[in-house]
Amino acid sequence: MTEEQTNKTANRRQFIRGGLRGAALFVFGAVTTLLGLQSRKERTVWQIDPNKCIACSKCATNCVLTPSAVKCVNYFPMCGYCDLCTGYFEPNPNALNTGAENQVCPVGAIIRQALEDPYYEYRIDENVCIGCGKCVVGCVQFGNGSFFLQVRHDKCVNCNECSIAKVCPSDAFVRVPASSPYIFRAKENQS
Amino acid sequence: MIFVSQFISFGIERFPPPDFEPGTYTMPQATKPLPRAHYWEYIDMALLLLALSLASYFVHKKRSRKHIFWLALFSIFYFGFIRKGCVCPIGSIQNVTLALFNNGYLVPFSVVFFFLLPLMFTLFFGRTFCAAVCPLGAIQDIVVWKPVKIKPWLENGLRIIPFVYLGLAVLFAATGSAFVICEYDPFISFYRLSGSVNMLALGGIFLVIGMFLGRPYCRFFCPYGAILSILSRFSKWNVYLTSEDCVRCQICDVACPYGAIASPTPISQENNPKISRWSIFGVIGLTILLTIGGAYFGGKLSVPFSKVNYVVSLAERIAGEESGKYKGQTDESKTFREKGGSIEELYADALKIRGNFATGGAIFGAFIGLIVGLKLIENRFTPQTNIYEPDRASCVACGRCYSYCPREIVRVRNLFKLRSIKKQE
Repeated sequence: MTEEQTNKTANRRQFIRGGLRGAALFVFGAVTTLLGLQSRKERTVWQIDPNKCIACSKCATNCVLTPSAVKCVNYFPMCGYCDLCTGYFEPNPNALNTGAENQVCPVGAIIRQALEDPYYEYRIDENVCIGCGKCVVGCVQFGNGSFFLQVRHDKCVNCNECSIAKVCPSDAFVRVPASSPYIFRAKENQS
Repeated sequence: MIFVSQFISFGIERFPPPDFEPGTYTMPQATKPLPRAHYWEYIDMALLLLALSLASYFVHKKRSRKHIFWLALFSIFYFGFIRKGCVCPIGSIQNVTLALFNNGYLVPFSVVFFFLLPLMFTLFFGRTFCAAVCPLGAIQDIVVWKPVKIKPWLENGLRIIPFVYLGLAVLFAATGSAFVICEYDPFISFYRLSGSVNMLALGGIFLVIGMFLGRPYCRFFCPYGAILSILSRFSKWNVYLTSEDCVRCQICDVACPYGAIASPTPISQENNPKISRWSIFGVIGLTILLTIGGAYFGGKLSVPFSKVNYVVSLAERIAGEESGKYKGQTDESKTFREKGGSIEELYADALKIRGNFATGGAIFGAFIGLIVGLKLIENRFTPQTNIYEPDRASCVACGRCYSYCPREIVRVRNLFKLRSIKKQE
């Protein structure tokens, strides 16, 4: 190959590369414009819609974190402060006390505290709660439904695809804007 | 249980909340801990821009492996452990795809930024993103210990896998079925120091293999690397050693742990022009055949592929229950029935999604056929070269070869001499 030929090939290659580069830039521009039309500035986070959730207990086992970033929340304005809390006690408990054998919660994450007679306050210890939702079933079945499961964003690592959302049988996992990252039950929305 | 789930979806006020004596009890607020603050997104984007600029500077101007190494450590620390990996440019392929195919899905601006910026940099500077910015690449880069060379035919064959992976990821994301890249990200659970045993083990296996086979994930799996390897073919600047005065000592080839140094083409390729003309037609014809064949078989895959989709798998389950094939109900089918969804609508939706899979599968198959064909064409018609130089597509710009090339060493020494002479003057 003579020098001239080599130069010619090199020039041709450079020209083709430049053209393809331009084409790629054009495609990027088009993609950005297309997405720009429907993109949002704010990022989204995962949340459980309590109105769809069936408390199947998959949240406890499918989160990438151990324990799960899903925790039970007690929304106090809806709570009946019952003595016989069906979210706290097993069906037909031996006695209405804090004995582990009486509790629904497998890890003892619900703290029961006596207030003025006959009311009891139920708080969730989020460091202990595993998000299994057993208490949610009890509360919704016979109580007011003030217990529900929520993704706690101080724990959630916000995976691109939530591994609980993938297995959620009732499609309750939704992406919500990061500025209003919680969906509480109906009463909250009304007030 | 049916009774349970009838009421599970909404709360009923069976026991009116007590009216406490004023002042005796303050009702606790249900806390709402906030996610990572919004401004972190901007910090992430700024750091990505900075890291990419630094990587490009270190690769092309400094030509220094040491600087690239320290930047890689920073990326492991920040983009890996601090940022915990999500959303990374590799995974963002799926967000962007889903947003392009599904109007209901809004993709955040930062995700588009993370997707596009490394592509732009690659277009100008080659794969400097892979070198020291990508946390997945960086962690594999620093564990390289005693890399073995693998046969070129095997290397070339395995390098088709990323394109298959890319095609599958786009197909599943476009149909709104799954984010497969994220699901099988080998290092994310390591960066989070948490996750299922399987995923941690997968990451560990990749790292152990990576000690002896450089960057196994980047070379043979990474779908983003597949896009970058196309773009870097026509990047404005790329890693070069010494184009004019290569002494063909082959030390760079030994130094490269990733098999990314292209060897001189054998003389025997300069054969009869008549024969080579026929082989051009042969390979191009084969490519067309592969593309058509790929489209045909890809379309056939719609039934197994679509099972990944939630709606399709639910419809199959319901259909099975209706026909008595399955006994009992799953959580999914029970919820569907209790919510009173229309089975006909579900079937129609599922058929529509399966239709999308048939179209998408055909495109996927054609894409794979085309890639295999293009690989064959490339193999057959490598441009003539008589020197060793980094291959544009597969070089990840780690910078190891620089310090090995004797010509480069001479160049750097002369540079120093020149500087000291200037100082003396």
